[in-house]
Amino acid sequence: MTGARGDICDVAVIGAGMAGMSAALFAAERGLSCIQVGNAGSLLFASGLLDFLGVHPVPERQLWQSPLEALAALGRDEPDHPLARLDADLIRSAFESFVTALGAAGLAYAPLGERNRKLFTSIGTIKTTYGVPRSMVAGVRVLEQRSPCLLVDFRGLREFSAAQIAATLGRNWPGLRQQRIEFPGYEAVPELYAAHLARALESGELRARTIARIKPLLGDARSLGVPAVLGLARASEVHAAFEAGLGLPVFEIPTMPTSVPGLRLRTALETVVSARGVLRRRQASVRGLSFGADAATITLELDGAAAGERVHARAVVLATGRFTGRGLTAERKQVRESILGLPVHQPASRAAWHQRDFLDPSGHAINRAGLLTDAAWRPLDAQGRPAWKRLYAVGSILAHQDWMRSKCGSGLAIATAWGAIEQVARDLRATATG
Amino acid sequence: MQTQVLIIGGGVTGTALARDLALRGVDCILVEKGDLNAGASGRNHGLLHSGARYVAGDRDAAMECRAEGEILKRVAAQAIEDTGGYFVAVQGDDERYIADFPGYCERSGIDARRVDVATARALEPALSEQAIAVFEVPDAAIDPFRLSLESMAHARSLGARLLRRSRVVGFEREGSRIRAVRVQSLGGAPELRIEAEQVVNAAGAWARDVALLAGAPLAMTYSKGTLLVTHERLARRVVNRLRRPSNADIMMPGGTVSIVGTTSTPVAALDDIHPTTAEADLIVEEAACMLPALAATRYIRAYAGVRPLVGAAGGADARAVSRGFALFDHEDHGLANFATITGGKLTSCRLMAERAADLVCRRLGVTQACVTATTPLPVAAECAWTEPGRSPRVWMRAHGLEDTLLCECEMVPASAVDAIYAALRAAGDTPTLTDIGLRSRVGKGACQGAFCAPRAVAHLYNRGDFQARRGLDEIVAFFGERWRGQHAVLWGEQLAQAELMEALHCGLFGEELREEESP
Repeated sequence: MTGARGDICDVAVIGAGMAGMSAALFAAERGLSCIQVGNAGSLLFASGLLDFLGVHPVPERQLWQSPLEALAALGRDEPDHPLARLDADLIRSAFESFVTALGAAGLAYAPLGERNRKLFTSIGTIKTTYGVPRSMVAGVRVLEQRSPCLLVDFRGLREFSAAQIAATLGRNWPGLRQQRIEFPGYEAVPELYAAHLARALESGELRARTIARIKPLLGDARSLGVPAVLGLARASEVHAAFEAGLGLPVFEIPTMPTSVPGLRLRTALETVVSARGVLRRRQASVRGLSFGADAATITLELDGAAAGERVHARAVVLATGRFTGRGLTAERKQVRESILGLPVHQPASRAAWHQRDFLDPSGHAINRAGLLTDAAWRPLDAQGRPAWKRLYAVGSILAHQDWMRSKCGSGLAIATAWGAIEQVARDLRATATG
Repeated sequence: MQTQVLIIGGGVTGTALARDLALRGVDCILVEKGDLNAGASGRNHGLLHSGARYVAGDRDAAMECRAEGEILKRVAAQAIEDTGGYFVAVQGDDERYIADFPGYCERSGIDARRVDVATARALEPALSEQAIAVFEVPDAAIDPFRLSLESMAHARSLGARLLRRSRVVGFEREGSRIRAVRVQSLGGAPELRIEAEQVVNAAGAWARDVALLAGAPLAMTYSKGTLLVTHERLARRVVNRLRRPSNADIMMPGGTVSIVGTTSTPVAALDDIHPTTAEADLIVEEAACMLPALAATRYIRAYAGVRPLVGAAGGADARAVSRGFALFDHEDHGLANFATITGGKLTSCRLMAERAADLVCRRLGVTQACVTATTPLPVAAECAWTEPGRSPRVWMRAHGLEDTLLCECEMVPASAVDAIYAALRAAGDTPTLTDIGLRSRVGKGACQGAFCAPRAVAHLYNRGDFQARRGLDEIVAFFGERWRGQHAVLWGEQLAQAELMEALHCGLFGEELREEESP
């Protein structure tokens, strides 16, 4: 086993969000020894939906049915966009690998296909996405057909109102009904938390009581929508039990973070990367990097729970995210990269960071700030040269993208991680043979 | 519609005037083009002046502040946090002014007590090590929203009427009299014609536009002031810079936060007033001389208001124009039943109302004297939710099954939203999420509404108050309003918060695509 304390591992991944997890996963799958530093807290803010590319160009708010056609248009209009620098087939393979790995960890996704899918959210908006958990996929068909459907929610789950969804979507969907029920065993609890309900539903007895409460309400409904609380680690089993018990398709509706699908995603990713031999330093952060005199290794000095530990790697992947992930730090006068102080492509002054209208169609310029890299995903120094020959950057820290408006967050993370790890493998092979 | 007095403008002055007149038995209607305190009344630092700020430049204003401050502390205690205030000089400040300050205070009757610098720093650890002189004065913090909401609630209980979202669009004149005022509701209802014996223009910064519509030109200038809100409260007391009024020379307690300001920039127009990044930077850098923690602290909001200043545009510094108030009877404009009350300060709003009411009553032949200096402002339950820290107390005491917590930053329970909603409904209004925000702490914590606004909307749907896709429109409008106060202070932790908010509202919910993806 390489990568243990004192040894040199092939690749160190800094960050454990969607991009860091993807990089660790893909590195392990390629047989590279890998150590990953950072906690996966940001995954709790994931919705469970895997966006590929839904909107382009952002200011025109043009939605795409086909992410591949969207990607082609993006490539023509924004060649600097990180996704535009990757081959479409390669991105699809990356998605397939990612979803297959999640499936192996018990988190099932619907087959990916070539099209984006639409489903409705907990506030009644319609979301275009690509990878959909199997527990949500019936919602896609229901929305297309606008067939008779019952939405059920639970009193006390504050961020989810079936009445709100039914009212918002009801004008063009006469068969959409809603009911509110008490969650069994929680009748005296004022505030319910999705994660508690999800855990409770893993108990066969509570699940049976919940199903029994819903069944008489179904009427002519041909499907049932519920907030995303159908189990945590055993979500597939809970979902299947609901469908069997009620005799119709059941779908979860994505909710506000921190969400149960986010928890499932985090658990599944942690399980799968650990199972593939990635060493994880979950509660650690990176205080600094130093580059060996021989230019062959890079040393990470850890902080937090692993303070004092040093990790040596032949390559480092920076997947530290943006401001929420702490990869970028916004000072009052400038944005800087948090660990190495790498140059950040950014607007000239803070006055240009944000639009005065929150939903301005163009989006906020600060969201397109980030690291510039060369074609091999290596971040550039102030002179425009790679900062170090085997330092790579992936995910949302990259410049020239606005994942929130383009609806390409997961795609950006998964695809750039795939691209960078492929590059890492190539570069390490070249070193070994060179 | 008919009334004795039509009041135009629902800020602190207009609402105080409605209450004053109602207490004298005079029937009145208040029309407000937006919501209560939508102008400078809701966009100031909430300082109840001891008067010490004006001792050197404007002794009359100083004495007026002292007297009015004392009155409000007696009659509106529920809206006031009587913190006391410090005036602090730091190294490099004008020694002469420091030396003269106690004398200035004394001749205005203001109780200023010198405090040893070490003692002051022990009591207010945020003060700079560079502090060289500290005086304590009877400054206090006042919640202008609570003041206006409760004044209006009291006036209504005495028969006054309020029309929100109603803009004056014309005056019907007959000789020297205004016979009626035409009012357009923003809700699209047919134009109203209100016949009034007297009309009072209390439109604050908009007083010039209103007066012009009535045929009475007024000389007014506008000065924009920007303030920043910190994430945490950094001092117990009001902290003023001990020097002549200048930029960024005050930090106010605002319940659980501190409010830092202000700036003073002449502006020509009243629309599109918003805080800028340059103003935010100026405040941070300048105020940090007195309170170094301000350079590193987290800011959650900025806001800008426009001070209406009476008088012609003079020099470059609007601070040179009087901050005193002015009452115009417009008789020289040939008008016998129109008056304008404008200018002034939050601290003097009661007095401004008294003077305007005196004029109106004289014209109406009403002889009842003003009683607002001695009549306590009744506490109105539905108006109390603007008070920081109240929600958690109430919620902890009476946490019932049906009373879930909608906002976790400021701990606003569903019952608060219900009470506010019910009070607005009872007055014939259609409450919006933004209305609820103005009357509570919803959206005022660190998340700036990212989580509590959708919860409040879900709650209103569950109650059956919201129908169709209204909730989506309300969420978008609410964030639009919150964002106006955020973009100038987005750096550090608060930028991460804003990013999270966009990830949720755009990344997941796609609210910017609501037209493309019409449900």
